[in-house]
Amino acid sequence: MLGPVVAGLWGTFLPAFGHLPAAGITGPSLDPFRYLFDWAGLPRAMMLSITTGLIATGVSLLIVMLITAGWSGTRPFRLLERLLSPLLSVPHAAAAFGLAFLIAPSGWLSRLVSPGLTGWDRPPDLLIIQDSWGLTMTAGLIIKEVPFLLLITLAALGQADAQRSVAISQALGYGRLTGWLKTVFPRVYAQIRPPIYVVLAYSMSVVDVAVILGPNTPPSLSVQIVKWMSDPDLAMRLEGAAGALLQLLLVIGALVLWRLGEIAAGIIGRRWIMTGRRGRFDAVTAQIALGLGAACALAVLLGVVVLTIWSFAGYWGFPDALPDQLTWRNWMRHGPGTLEALGETALIASVVALAALILTIGCLEAEYRYGLHISQRGIWLLYLPLLIPQTAFLPGLQTLMLGLGADVGRGPVMLAHLVFVLPYVFLSLADPFRAWDTRMGTIAAALRSSPNGVLWRVRLPMLLRPVLTALAVGLAVSVGQYLPTLLIGGGRVATLTTEAVALASGGDRRAIGVYGLMQTGAALIPFALALLVPAMVWRNRKGLRHG
Amino acid sequence: MDKGLSLRDVTISKGGPPLLSVNHNIGPGEVLTVMGPSGVGKSTLLAFITGTLAPDFQAMGEVLLDGHDITHAAPHQRRVGILFQDDLLFPHLSVGANLAFGLQPGGTTEARRDKVNEALAEVGLTGFADRDPATLSGGQKARVALMRMLLSEPCGLLLDEPFSRLDATLRAQVRDMVFDRAKARSLPVLMVTHDADDARAAGGAIITLGD
Amino acid sequence: MMKHLAVLAALLAPLPALADPDPANWDTVKAEAEGQTVYWNAWGGSTTTNDFIAWVGDRVAEDYGVTLEHVKLTDTADAVTRVLSEKQAGENDDGAIDMIWINGANFAAMKEADLLFGPYAEQLPNWSVVDAEGKTVQTDFTVPTEGYESPWAMAQVVFVHDTADMPDRLGSMQALLEWAQANPGRFSYPQPPDFLGTTFLKQVLVDILPDPSVLEVAATDETYDAVTEPLWAYLDALTPNLWREGKAYPATGTAMFPLIADGEIDLSISFSPGAASTAIANSELPPTVRTFVLDKGTIGNASFVAIPYNSGSKAGAMIVANFLMSPEAQARAQDPEILGYGTVLNMDALSDADRAVFEGLDLGVATLSPAELGTVQAEPHPSWMTRIADDWMTRYGVAQ
Repeated sequence: MLGPVVAGLWGTFLPAFGHLPAAGITGPSLDPFRYLFDWAGLPRAMMLSITTGLIATGVSLLIVMLITAGWSGTRPFRLLERLLSPLLSVPHAAAAFGLAFLIAPSGWLSRLVSPGLTGWDRPPDLLIIQDSWGLTMTAGLIIKEVPFLLLITLAALGQADAQRSVAISQALGYGRLTGWLKTVFPRVYAQIRPPIYVVLAYSMSVVDVAVILGPNTPPSLSVQIVKWMSDPDLAMRLEGAAGALLQLLLVIGALVLWRLGEIAAGIIGRRWIMTGRRGRFDAVTAQIALGLGAACALAVLLGVVVLTIWSFAGYWGFPDALPDQLTWRNWMRHGPGTLEALGETALIASVVALAALILTIGCLEAEYRYGLHISQRGIWLLYLPLLIPQTAFLPGLQTLMLGLGADVGRGPVMLAHLVFVLPYVFLSLADPFRAWDTRMGTIAAALRSSPNGVLWRVRLPMLLRPVLTALAVGLAVSVGQYLPTLLIGGGRVATLTTEAVALASGGDRRAIGVYGLMQTGAALIPFALALLVPAMVWRNRKGLRHG
Repeated sequence: MDKGLSLRDVTISKGGPPLLSVNHNIGPGEVLTVMGPSGVGKSTLLAFITGTLAPDFQAMGEVLLDGHDITHAAPHQRRVGILFQDDLLFPHLSVGANLAFGLQPGGTTEARRDKVNEALAEVGLTGFADRDPATLSGGQKARVALMRMLLSEPCGLLLDEPFSRLDATLRAQVRDMVFDRAKARSLPVLMVTHDADDARAAGGAIITLGD
Repeated sequence: MMKHLAVLAALLAPLPALADPDPANWDTVKAEAEGQTVYWNAWGGSTTTNDFIAWVGDRVAEDYGVTLEHVKLTDTADAVTRVLSEKQAGENDDGAIDMIWINGANFAAMKEADLLFGPYAEQLPNWSVVDAEGKTVQTDFTVPTEGYESPWAMAQVVFVHDTADMPDRLGSMQALLEWAQANPGRFSYPQPPDFLGTTFLKQVLVDILPDPSVLEVAATDETYDAVTEPLWAYLDALTPNLWREGKAYPATGTAMFPLIADGEIDLSISFSPGAASTAIANSELPPTVRTFVLDKGTIGNASFVAIPYNSGSKAGAMIVANFLMSPEAQARAQDPEILGYGTVLNMDALSDADRAVFEGLDLGVATLSPAELGTVQAEPHPSWMTRIADDWMTRYGVAQ
């Protein structure tokens, strides 16, 4: 899967140094960078990229760690976990729209308390959506990254023997939260480091969320790169390529910065552990963290609710808390369009997710049969496509594919999706697949079942739920892909996500509601099925109820 | 043709000095007990015989079963049965389906069902075919696991600490049942354990590793 | 931009001489078009337009067996890029795009770079009913169309105001500035380089210049600074009084409707005289909304469709282009319940029955009659727009 990434980077690298023979421009030259640095918006665009990435990652991580530290194993934690897991599959674009409809000056929250509490009979002139600092965009990322990091952390907790460590530190007089941070956190962090880096790289270079919630005067670097790349003036493409390389450098720089931060945190942490402080503010901190976590969950949840309301809304003036009337009109109007997009989305997602699942099972099964081990370095390789900003290699890939005469359309889009879907499917299935008791395999072989028989008759049925979950993850990731669909599809491939983001510029909240809801459904329903189907199939099998 | 399970100059190592060396012939109906503290490589020996040795081990020597050299055969073609300390019944299959899994292909559905019911009756579990294995007691599970293994008609039987999860009263009962069935079928048995009672009950030769 | 395209065009291999359909031989075109699929790349941000295009698709499928696929764009420039990339890649016979909704700079660029099929527009059967005399359908931003694009809608700048909050019309751009200063945060315009956003800038320039005729010829380094200086002075005064103090702008014209509906702004701009009435009908705008034009008139132009040189379905595309100019499609487009776009047809050239359909249309409460729309001011030469948009982005697009 590294092939397309490397090829795409090469396709970005050449034009960045003024080499685009197809356009009759040959390099090398530094002009693209000269033009890039001449752009007055560059400092702010770069700043936006860096601050959004670092703040979104830092805050999400902090919230997740404090919640887990303060609450893991308790009832509120399980509740939050159950609330957040389905939210993970809500596509970024839908969550961003939901947030916008919630917190804008004319948003639902403002409507609910106006004019009663605020006295506003018209929305205040406040720069909340598209604010110059990108804070709303950062918030939009945080509400999506918190569920992601929380689930990743949960997976890591299982291997960290957390319960007993916390019990021992509590016996030594440490608060629950402090005890967790001092004993479990270092182990858990080491395990979740790759996904954290993914979150950082993603947050720095996200396009769809930035288009919906981010500022435009200037936009973040990634959005500007996409603008340059679609300018009719070819010279702009060179500038875009230079910008893409800069984006890549920024991400690498931020990753290095983060690594240095880890080292510093390690030193400070060890000193903190040596002080022997037992944690005086544990209770308060834990409460705040839980509140923030709940706020994230609520933001996504209410966002989906407000999308639903808008999709059924007739006239809805400010500051009415609800529309004058609810109507099917919006659905009648956009129904046919969404169904078409849904078909395209479902086709692409199912082919890609299935392909990713087959590849993943093939890999894991080969690993099992031939006793191979994927090293830590191998894991990083797997994460690499997720660590390289999409804006850095997708435009290059598009240019290359055109140059090769590869027709745009569904096939190439599926391939591009696979690059992003495969790692997630693999990461989702690898742990449960490896955790399967291999003695089951030995027993089955001793019962004279061939390796394929073991796989099909024992291993996969037992792993039905994780397999379906991995499939659902693959579907959700594919459904949410914006940039690969847009750039590689050449505009001909219209999925729910590209259609929804395209609507952002028109501002028709009813249409956005319909498309956003369909998009959410397309990602969410497979998850529901992944839970329901095994529960139904294995309803008489107690031994599989928790597996 | 030599009946039984022969280990000829079997030596297993992990990139260093040998972990264990065994040279022994187990006749039909005989039991060889391999003893030693945990971590000494007892289970590694069984993995070598079943063909599931992890690749970071190096093994030399040969394994012969009823005169056939099975050292390099695929695990599912060796006809070596194994029981672990856990019953390892397949949780997604009913008790009957677990037993049928061991049964070789062929025969009518009727005939197969009869064989499964016979096997259940043999260990006093008549009428359990449709049960979810997770609802069985420890002793019942152990019996199903044994019968499943025997239905696959193995030519040799390996026991990996097979009784250590059972409580004292059940233990003797299950142990006797396993050894009785093995003797009745004239199977060579290789048992790995760290329990002296098991070794004594087996009544065969004893090799102690890790001295 | 034009310079690069010209260089590019010169470097590329000459176009292959394909047997393109001849629009003058309409029966052959019809025969060839049957069964073809036409990918129409058109801005997809407006649901009413999307619905209209879907209807066109149904109709041409019914009458001519042509399948119409609407490729929804956020920016028409994407389609131009696409054709350009295909030309580089040597895809000269069956490109991804068969028809583009196009205007102004994008048209000028494509025409200059020989990326368009034509001339075809004036050979289409329905050209005979088009009002070529009275409407600006043969020039596009001062660039002669020469049959390389065919018109399908007339647009003219109107200002949209909510009379509940802002009862009176404004007569000039100077009056608009004064009103904005008295009512800060109540006006905005789409962010350039959005089409409507740059149109607003041109409207300012055309209205505040004592003699806007300097804009008819290409901007030069000598004329540009002096001519645009009053524009920047105007915007410097206006920007702090804009919605969000000019730190954020609506992305497009339709994005301003919810702002009016919510009462965030009282005044906005539209390029479609009937759009406000349509939006009221769709409950996207309150019924108190009305429109007005300036005393000296406002800028107007036609919307066109063009066919890329490498379309594999040129006959099908011409069928669609011709259908768009038919009385049936034009009357539907003008219906405020549907689109509310101005027609490009000459009422006098129509049959009595067709004319009656137009006269029977209720244009809607917020739509000005042709007489009220007054003088149409010509679009400046596209070179002005390109430079002004670039300068705007440097001055206001990267907020200080």
